[in-house]
Amino acid sequence: MNYEERVREIIVDQLGVDAAKVTPEAAFIEDLGADSLDTVELIMAFEEEFNIEIPDEEAEKLTTVGKSIEYLKQKLAQKGQ
Amino acid sequence: MAALPSITPRRVVVTGLGVITPIGNTKEAFWSSLVAGRGGMGKITRFDSSDYASHIAAEVKDFNPEDYGDKREMRRMDLFCQFGYAAAQQAIEDAGIQFDAIDSDRVGVIIGSGIGGMYIFEDQVRVIDQKGPRRITPFFIPMMISDIIAGHISIRYNLRGPNYATTSACATSGHSVGCAMREIRYGFADMMIAGGSEAPVCQTGLGGFCSMKAVSTRNDEPERACRPFDAERDGFVMGEGAGILVLEEYEHARRRGAHIYGEIAGVGFTADAFHITAPPDDGHGAVRAMRLAVQDAGLSLTDIDYINAHGTSTPLNDAAETKAIRTLFGEHADKLLVSSTKSMHGHLLGAAGAVEAAAVLLSFDRDIVPPTINYERPDPECDLDYVPNEARNAKIYHALSNTFGFGGHNACLAIKRVE
Repeated sequence: MNYEERVREIIVDQLGVDAAKVTPEAAFIEDLGADSLDTVELIMAFEEEFNIEIPDEEAEKLTTVGKSIEYLKQKLAQKGQ
Repeated sequence: MAALPSITPRRVVVTGLGVITPIGNTKEAFWSSLVAGRGGMGKITRFDSSDYASHIAAEVKDFNPEDYGDKREMRRMDLFCQFGYAAAQQAIEDAGIQFDAIDSDRVGVIIGSGIGGMYIFEDQVRVIDQKGPRRITPFFIPMMISDIIAGHISIRYNLRGPNYATTSACATSGHSVGCAMREIRYGFADMMIAGGSEAPVCQTGLGGFCSMKAVSTRNDEPERACRPFDAERDGFVMGEGAGILVLEEYEHARRRGAHIYGEIAGVGFTADAFHITAPPDDGHGAVRAMRLAVQDAGLSLTDIDYINAHGTSTPLNDAAETKAIRTLFGEHADKLLVSSTKSMHGHLLGAAGAVEAAAVLLSFDRDIVPPTINYERPDPECDLDYVPNEARNAKIYHALSNTFGFGGHNACLAIKRVE
């Protein structure tokens, strides 16, 4: 499974939403019904899954599915994966 | 705006019941077990208990949290919260409340837990040890805190009146129901959702009670382990679940044609001021709590015909409670029916008071008094009519429900039949 699919799977699982709704434009709070606690837990799930650390100031910017996938792509490239 | 609090005390009745218990996850299943004298104890299935002194608990069976909320919602709740959330929904449905027809500012919630979210606490301590503190879930605190059921229920039904939890160990829901009664009696609310919930059958819960030597170790005969007032009792059996009542101002209930189970007519709250876990031999805290509840209800001691005892099956409690009943009631003690339904559902700790009040209210409804099962050998220190082993047909008019908690907290409810 590539990392994009893994990210989508985490989002589906954490937020309990339909996979079809997890489009690149979908915003966690506005479109997927997350609250502030959900978003914290979601970032933690990304960190755990990919064994990385996401600083708070960067985490705040990850408000949509697409932004998260893009950010994680760069982060994993830096890590050499 | 709501009316100012009234200074004329008002009558408070119960119009809805909800239970999740080791002997039934609906009021009808619960009642059938009580009448049949069917216990819910067994070997612990939740985790491997072989290293513990006791392997026995009364676990809730066949509980599916998703019957009461979607998967994501229920995943944010510890088990104790799921139990309470479920029982509250049952009680509200049972009361037949049409929320759009009532003033939600005048409806409150008091649901407590003796401990709170033990499973999430255990789990997150392991997370700290294994992954470090940065991996603690942001839901840890809202899952663990013992007041959270009251919050969830207010959100689900938009109930905007008084909202809090009580915590007094095994007296928790005696206090929550009593406090809810006072909120309505003195005019702060017209309707209250009240009770308690507990889910202590986890490693730390069992280990802690085992170290106190408080739980039964009759490991080979779990179904006979909880034997309140019997000479061979050796400790309580941990239970789990929730009991929730809908309390309502009498005229409010009459106007909407609600079924009335009975009246919460009086409360008595006292402290032993003696020891953190043991009752005083003469049970003076219990004596005063029962006397206050009877007085608060405007009754005489001789009006009381049934006591749903705290009756934990520990050597100390049952002797002290019996002594307290004898001390307070004198000769009338011999006319009382006294039973401990814990013999069947186990000790639900913070949920005990509300579950047992529900048993009393159903007893009014059905004219049957549930028994104390596993009563085989009389103890000279316990010499009342404990309704041994078989339910008894009896029309009860005035009952007491006792709850006593570690810390020396005592809460007694006086419950009246409403004709």
